[in-house]
Amino acid sequence: MMSIESLIEDFSFLDSWEDRYKYLIELGNKNPRFSDEQKIEQWKVQGCQSQVWIIPHFEDNKIWFEGDSDAIIVRGIIAVVLEIFKDKAAQEILDIDVEKIFDKMGLQEHITPNRRSGMLSMVDKIKYYAKQSLRK
Amino acid sequence: MFDAQNIRKDFPILHRLIEGKRNTYMDTAASAQKPLCVIESISKAYLEEYANVHRGSYWLSEKATENYEDARKTVAQFINAKTPDEVVFTRNATEGINLVAATFGTCHLKKGDEILLSRAEHHANLVTWQQWALKTGATLKYFDLAEDGSFVMDLFLAQLTDKTKMVAVTAMSNVLGTVFPIKQICAAAHKAGASVLIDACQYAVHKKIDVQDFDCDFLAFSGHKVYGPTGIGVLYGKSDRLSSLQPYQFGGDMIDRVTYEKTTFAEPPARFEAGTPAFVQAVGLGAALKYVMQFDFKEIEDYETQLTAYTTARLQEIEGLKILGTAENKGGVFSFALAGIHPQDIAFVLGKEGVAVRTGHFCAEPIVNKLGYTSLTRASLGLYSTKEDVDELIKALRKAKDFLS
Repeated sequence: MMSIESLIEDFSFLDSWEDRYKYLIELGNKNPRFSDEQKIEQWKVQGCQSQVWIIPHFEDNKIWFEGDSDAIIVRGIIAVVLEIFKDKAAQEILDIDVEKIFDKMGLQEHITPNRRSGMLSMVDKIKYYAKQSLRK
Repeated sequence: MFDAQNIRKDFPILHRLIEGKRNTYMDTAASAQKPLCVIESISKAYLEEYANVHRGSYWLSEKATENYEDARKTVAQFINAKTPDEVVFTRNATEGINLVAATFGTCHLKKGDEILLSRAEHHANLVTWQQWALKTGATLKYFDLAEDGSFVMDLFLAQLTDKTKMVAVTAMSNVLGTVFPIKQICAAAHKAGASVLIDACQYAVHKKIDVQDFDCDFLAFSGHKVYGPTGIGVLYGKSDRLSSLQPYQFGGDMIDRVTYEKTTFAEPPARFEAGTPAFVQAVGLGAALKYVMQFDFKEIEDYETQLTAYTTARLQEIEGLKILGTAENKGGVFSFALAGIHPQDIAFVLGKEGVAVRTGHFCAEPIVNKLGYTSLTRASLGLYSTKEDVDELIKALRKAKDFLS
């Protein structure tokens, strides 16, 4: 079972960007690809250069997510983001500081707004779903 | 004699490292880097010769006004306008096109009239006319290009009718690199009774503009793409055409007499320059155009033709790479798709290698979609581009392909 702590540790052993991103791409490739039925406007995350879809699932007071993109580095980013938010209650999701985690992983170039991956847009969307579920 | 290696010495930013790598800047089509003389002209304007232009009767204001109006003369010389009064300073080409669409649209467009654009227009031209067509009830029409991106006169003429009031076309496509035969387009459009607006943003970087030879009614370009500062652009209009248009914005500097009840307006170009203009940026643009004009444009074109051929050949060496836009005499803009890899992934690896390219739809979404893509990668050339830049690009593309597939 992968955890975010072990992921951070894995990344800490990887010195070059090549190694970090090879690993990131591998992580992304482990997740199943979306079907055309899943790649619909409703699940699309706006504000990313590539196409990104995130689908929320609400179960037993917890939320989990599936995601996909047409860019493979972004798919890796999605894998990390989904790992960070896996099996959490809505309030936990809202409390997580994703930027700190990305920084620790040497992926800080995805933290600044308007950067390539649209990571912040994904996180905004995930937190939006969490807020919505709290309101219900 | 034109020598790109020597020219590189004039651009300080090309000599800084990017993530520890050589700075391989291949995004001039989006914005060009600035030669030191432009940067210094801006510093000098603020350090030694700064005060608001026009109406100030003291040395600094007179000097700043003189510099601003000198820049207008330089622009007139750069595009071969008959007089500097045909040069309106704008924020950028987008504002120039909006100015024409708003004023020409209000004065001359009505239901049933037609506006004709190519299918490869930048959003600055496309969206503006699309929206003014909606506002005025005019019909927006497009003419097709050949599969390789070439301009085909018959396809253009097929859409040009006696109802066409405005032909708004790029002189060089920012996606395909196609260079449009502007002189012939203007002649045909005028024969049909239409006015012509040229988007010369890309053309201005690579080829000599001659508005009198083109015989266009209006022409717009941005300063920052021709090695000048951001925030300044140029709208050229034939004297009688500019005089026939009502003001675009109201305010200071564009008036003749003002009372509490009514205002009479100044003659062009002042009529279209409401408010304090970006006069320091205009001085920077003047310096940039002077910098370009020190070279023989024929030599620039010859050099770029060679480098364009070299770039095309090197790109085609990469298996699975497809260049979109291969018209003869195309300019130094290369949009391509690579082996099904997302352009964002390509650009990421290239960026790590110090190679700057643009990805996406390049503000020309309809043509990119029409070519069958949502996103492409684009490399583009400038005065300072060399074979070494192209070789670095190719090396980085090979690495990206290995890394990402």
